[in-house]
Amino acid sequence: MTDNSLSDAPPPAGTIVSIRNVSKRFAGGVTAVDDISFDIAQNEFFALLGPSGCGKTTLLRMISGLETPTSGQILIDGQDMSLTPPNKRPTNMVFQSYAVFPHMTVADNVAYGLRVTGVAEDETKRRVGEALEMVKLSHLAQRKPDQMSGGQRQRVALARALVKRPKVLLLDEPLSALDAKLRDDMRMELTRLQETVGITFIIVTHDQDEALSMATRIAVMDKGAVQQIATPSELYEHPRSRFVADFIGKVNLIEGRVVGKKANAVILDVPSIGKMEMATKDIVGETAAIAVRPEKLKITKAEPKDAKLVKVKVAIRDVAYYGDTSDVVASLPDGQDLYVTVQNESRDGGSGVERGAKVWMSWEPKDSLLLTE
Amino acid sequence: MAELLKPGQGPLDYGKRRWLQAVFAVTLFVLYLPIFVLIAYSFNVQNRSGVWKGFTLENYAKAWNNSDLMSALLNSLTIAFISTIFATIIGAMIAVLLWRFRFPGKPAYEGAMALPIVIPEICMGVAMLLFYARTGMMTGMTHLSWPFNLGTIIIAHIAFCFPFVAVVVRSRLVGFNRQLEEASKDLGASEWQTFTRILIPYMMPGLIAGALLAFTLSLDDFVITFFTSGPETVTFPVKIYSMVKTGVKFEVNAASTILILITVVATVIAMKFQAPEQSGH
Amino acid sequence: MEDWKTNRSVFWTLATPGTFWLVLFFLVPLAFLFVLSFSDKAIIDGQMSINDYDYFTGISNYLRSLNSDIISIFMRTIWWSFLATLACLLIAYPIAFGICFAPEKWRPLLLMLIVLPFWINLLIRTYALIAVLRTQGVINSALGFAGLGPFEILGTSFAVIFGLVYVYMPFMVLPLYATIERLDKSFLEASLDLGGTQFQTFRNITLPLTMPGIVTGVVLVFIPCLGTFLTSELLGGTSSWMIGNVIQNQFGPANDWPFGSALSLLLMYATFGVLALRSLLQRNSKGVDV
Repeated sequence: MTDNSLSDAPPPAGTIVSIRNVSKRFAGGVTAVDDISFDIAQNEFFALLGPSGCGKTTLLRMISGLETPTSGQILIDGQDMSLTPPNKRPTNMVFQSYAVFPHMTVADNVAYGLRVTGVAEDETKRRVGEALEMVKLSHLAQRKPDQMSGGQRQRVALARALVKRPKVLLLDEPLSALDAKLRDDMRMELTRLQETVGITFIIVTHDQDEALSMATRIAVMDKGAVQQIATPSELYEHPRSRFVADFIGKVNLIEGRVVGKKANAVILDVPSIGKMEMATKDIVGETAAIAVRPEKLKITKAEPKDAKLVKVKVAIRDVAYYGDTSDVVASLPDGQDLYVTVQNESRDGGSGVERGAKVWMSWEPKDSLLLTE
Repeated sequence: MAELLKPGQGPLDYGKRRWLQAVFAVTLFVLYLPIFVLIAYSFNVQNRSGVWKGFTLENYAKAWNNSDLMSALLNSLTIAFISTIFATIIGAMIAVLLWRFRFPGKPAYEGAMALPIVIPEICMGVAMLLFYARTGMMTGMTHLSWPFNLGTIIIAHIAFCFPFVAVVVRSRLVGFNRQLEEASKDLGASEWQTFTRILIPYMMPGLIAGALLAFTLSLDDFVITFFTSGPETVTFPVKIYSMVKTGVKFEVNAASTILILITVVATVIAMKFQAPEQSGH
Repeated sequence: MEDWKTNRSVFWTLATPGTFWLVLFFLVPLAFLFVLSFSDKAIIDGQMSINDYDYFTGISNYLRSLNSDIISIFMRTIWWSFLATLACLLIAYPIAFGICFAPEKWRPLLLMLIVLPFWINLLIRTYALIAVLRTQGVINSALGFAGLGPFEILGTSFAVIFGLVYVYMPFMVLPLYATIERLDKSFLEASLDLGGTQFQTFRNITLPLTMPGIVTGVVLVFIPCLGTFLTSELLGGTSSWMIGNVIQNQFGPANDWPFGSALSLLLMYATFGVLALRSLLQRNSKGVDV
């Protein structure tokens, strides 16, 4: 698998991290990372996104030097650092557990990385002061970590890493241990920090919302391999595979059989719906899936007149009311359930759909996507 | 340029560091060498100089026929067996007590319970000797018939074993969901029924581990046994002690090998019972 | 946890046997020891029963322990215990560290291999050491092949300290293992990541955070070393007596129980001193508690 086939756009000039054919096999034959290659550009806010066990954390740890690849190379700022110990790399990490040293004050924690590398004490003091200022913790400098909240400890971890002025800041699931309210604050804070300090951020997360809202580019990983690298909107609107479509947001996948091929299009036979033509540039095998997001589906009582629309008669199986929207589960004639998000525009009973009703479901062909992988 | 890591090896993979493996191997070698030499010599032909003269089972036969040695071994096993039963019951009760109740002076009580664990064995040994001598129990008990003549040793062994059992059982109880007890009482079970049907089954791994710990502690003990055995009672450690002081005899090796075997088996079983808790914390 | 008053009968049923045993067969004997240590004379007959002694006649037994011989034996006991404890620590730390960083499924086995000899009877282990250390023993035979020796090892202070390390090493490994196992490894990773070398990481992070385990291990080894008499008797000579040998001698051949009682209590006070020091150190350190 090469970089070009996965990345929709070439990375911006000025590559800072280059992953080349990196594999990591653990004792016992588990392959955590399987021959991955891609580049990360300077000043990117890059997210490694995937379900647990997909190899994203292992990849991050290999960039930091806490693990080494079994094969392949990791270049940081043009230098091969695959086997360089972590203390000799221009990267710093914010750990998932924060790893704020419990026997040191906040100031000592932040100063640690400068002291061990022999930065002069007055410069250390100044930089620690600035770093604490940046994360708004100056008033807690003399506190011990056990007297602080999770959110505060995370800021200490951030300041401690940023004070080293790394070329790349690595963040391992930085929001996972915070409660919902703090998580939103921290998300904005991280975006703000990245813009102020102008350092490349690489974040590992299993939460698609986190990745979509913060990152400039996202690599979706599964089973040790990169499935797709793209900007958040590209990922959402143009997923490359069933996995990516399903992982990023909610999606309805309707499987069909390929019965005819044209230039840049195929004819698909879909049970319940019938034959339909779908534009595609990919090489298509025997089967393919149509992907439609729930919010792109329309429900009407009467059959829609527009001939361009794809339409099918469905039975409403369940309705969940959320105020502004309702989630509707509708069954196709062959029994497959589709998810539809309906905007509740009028106050009298919302969308007017109710359990058991037979209604028409339709969508515009341009809102659906053909997935072959 | 700094020293590089090896491919696939992280900076914290100390388990793969050669020097650490070497320290471990050397330590194991030094720990086990004397024990294996002792076992090997139990199969050696008896000789004065102590060099290897050939394989024989004669030492085991000699040990078997040495009625003093055998009755000493039997005494030690009897002591361990009886002490274990008492220590386990008493220790488990203390564990439940400390786990279940709040009461005034509890820290001091817990401290007193830990005393037999922390004070030097020799202090406890001489204190027991003095106590038995002063109360006349030493003369009184050693004239009783077997196994009551072992009473002085058994009492002392129970005293230093049960606090250990209490510690082990209590650490098991920490994981107990108290609502199970409440649910049992809510369903109409009495205090006693709840205890025997809910709490005891839950404690069982802890009880077995505690009992085996008490058994090995009792068999392992030399110091307290040495001070609390009367002039006419001979226990295995005391018998070996007197034999060792008069020179190396290979039948001692044979008897020791048997005792080692018993201890090792008991310990391995005990650790098996404790293992699930260690992984589940 | 419920208050004892809510269920008095259960409380007393559970409390009675253990409390009875502890008081009668542990605390009362210690009290006897305490009383006897203040007695000037006690006549002990061959049947090991004390016929008569005077209560609280003075502190002459304690004054006798200020004798220069006894003081030098006390000093030797402390010095040897210190050396043995230090040796245990230096060996056990890398061992415990190695076990903690071994593959997870191997850890229980490795730990058991280290701890197993500890469960074998103290006398048998010491006896086994004699066979290895004596002049015609395994070590000297091996050295003989190399054209060295034989060395007189038995009866030296080295033999005693070696014996103490051999016998009490597992006491050091266990608390160290427990502490290092529970130490969050990301602290070490963070230190390396922030630019610390392996040595800086050990000195600044690992060592302070595992200090409670070190303190516990030191206490667990140091206390039984102080009370040793078997190891020093069998592996050392008459010139390598430790305080335990003196105590044993008072209750044995020398037949001076009051003096022996005073020495035992002094030993016990030393033990309490060590324990008090420990809790003081524990309170001041912020590491992983055992």
